[in-house]
Amino acid sequence: MVRFLNVNKDYGKLSVIHQLDFDVAEGEMVTIIGPSGSGKTTVLRILMTLEPISGGVIYVNGKPLTHMAKAGVLVPADERHFRQMRSSIGMCFQHFNLFPHMTALQNCMEGPVQVLGLAKKEARERSEELLTMVGMIDKKDQHPSRLSGGQQQRVAIARALAMRPKVMLFDEVTSALDPEVIGEVTNVIRKLVAEHNLTMLMVTHQMGFARDISDRVCFFYGGKIEEEGSPHDLFENPQRDRTRQFLSAVKEAY
Amino acid sequence: MKLDWHWDFAFEVLPRLLWATVNTLTAAGAGYAIALVLGLILALAQRTNWRALTVIVRECVEFIRSTPLVLQVFFVFYVGPQFGINLSPWTSGLAAIGIHYSAYLSEVYRSGIDAVPRGQWEACRALNLPLRKKYLRIILPQALVPAVPGMGNYLVGIFKDTPILSVIGVAELMQMANTIGSENYRFLEPFTLVALIFLFISLPAAGLVKLFERRLRLAMGL
Repeated sequence: MVRFLNVNKDYGKLSVIHQLDFDVAEGEMVTIIGPSGSGKTTVLRILMTLEPISGGVIYVNGKPLTHMAKAGVLVPADERHFRQMRSSIGMCFQHFNLFPHMTALQNCMEGPVQVLGLAKKEARERSEELLTMVGMIDKKDQHPSRLSGGQQQRVAIARALAMRPKVMLFDEVTSALDPEVIGEVTNVIRKLVAEHNLTMLMVTHQMGFARDISDRVCFFYGGKIEEEGSPHDLFENPQRDRTRQFLSAVKEAY
Repeated sequence: MKLDWHWDFAFEVLPRLLWATVNTLTAAGAGYAIALVLGLILALAQRTNWRALTVIVRECVEFIRSTPLVLQVFFVFYVGPQFGINLSPWTSGLAAIGIHYSAYLSEVYRSGIDAVPRGQWEACRALNLPLRKKYLRIILPQALVPAVPGMGNYLVGIFKDTPILSVIGVAELMQMANTIGSENYRFLEPFTLVALIFLFISLPAAGLVKLFERRLRLAMGL
């Protein structure tokens, strides 16, 4: 579903992603863990086309993400190609990024109506269904400023899902939340994993959560995958020193 | 020296001054409307990827802001005809004052747009909103609310600057007071009345802008 081939990302001389090869199968739930600055969030931002890449090719659903084939050669994509590729990807952010001047329902309806061209009625039904799924239907007419962080993040998940993406990206969605509301957001993601066949990529610091729901866990270090494996293997029996160091440091913190 | 204030003269000239006030308000209103629209265009032009356009607009805004309004009024009215642009005092006055204030308003818009958090732009991209809808539905509504106080200041500013149009013969309040004074050799009453009229309009306007901003914030749930 998602394939990184020899992908590089630099900011000037600083290399954030270094020759990354990385595959995510359809319907797979992959979690990325690692120390800060290891490039894990950058992987998601590149996929959402929030950041350009410096080298390599990314394929999403078999098509190149930041390139397009012209007469058999790959050339940098134009905005039309980007828009087409983006339509299969959804993203939730650490700081939710809900539109503050719109209610929860309006936030969810915005994309379906303005981008997908759905009729208002259909978009409303779709949005209300999703808000019910994330347990926010009773707050649908509230503006984000009246909602707690956990509530805002659940609305943001509904907003992203309303676009019917094939790939969902979760970028540290619980990092900005108070500890007592983290559960309400992780429960929504658990439900998604259990009931939908979405391809999901998640960056998180919640190790227990990552272990519970992931099909595969990748430990990032220095812009590449240092070690990857099933949650059981990676957490119980890490092979690399850096993985062991990171996991024991995290264990101490929690 | 004693104050020689004639009430009967004041009441006699008041209707003519009030009539001229309508012209002043029209000039301020029309000039402000031009400035609101043109200012937004200037602000958005500075956000395009087209480097040359951005630089040209930037320099034009700086040029307009760094030269006096009265010079720009004279320029449009007296120099315009040399380039085949013959405009009436009203038209050239409104054009000059509208363009002048559009430069200031474009800066207000610009800082408002810059103040919209990066996350909002990223959310627009993640939702795949096209450029026009991104600005119209997400960015500008959020940029304009914090811009309202600045925009209100310039509304009062443009109103107070309309007397400059008297230099090219626009029959606004200042011009009328001057005419009345010259006809009667009495300037105390007409000029004092002009000051009071400006005061009575400017003060509530500033308060209304504040009220408007508060209402707007509530209505938008900010």
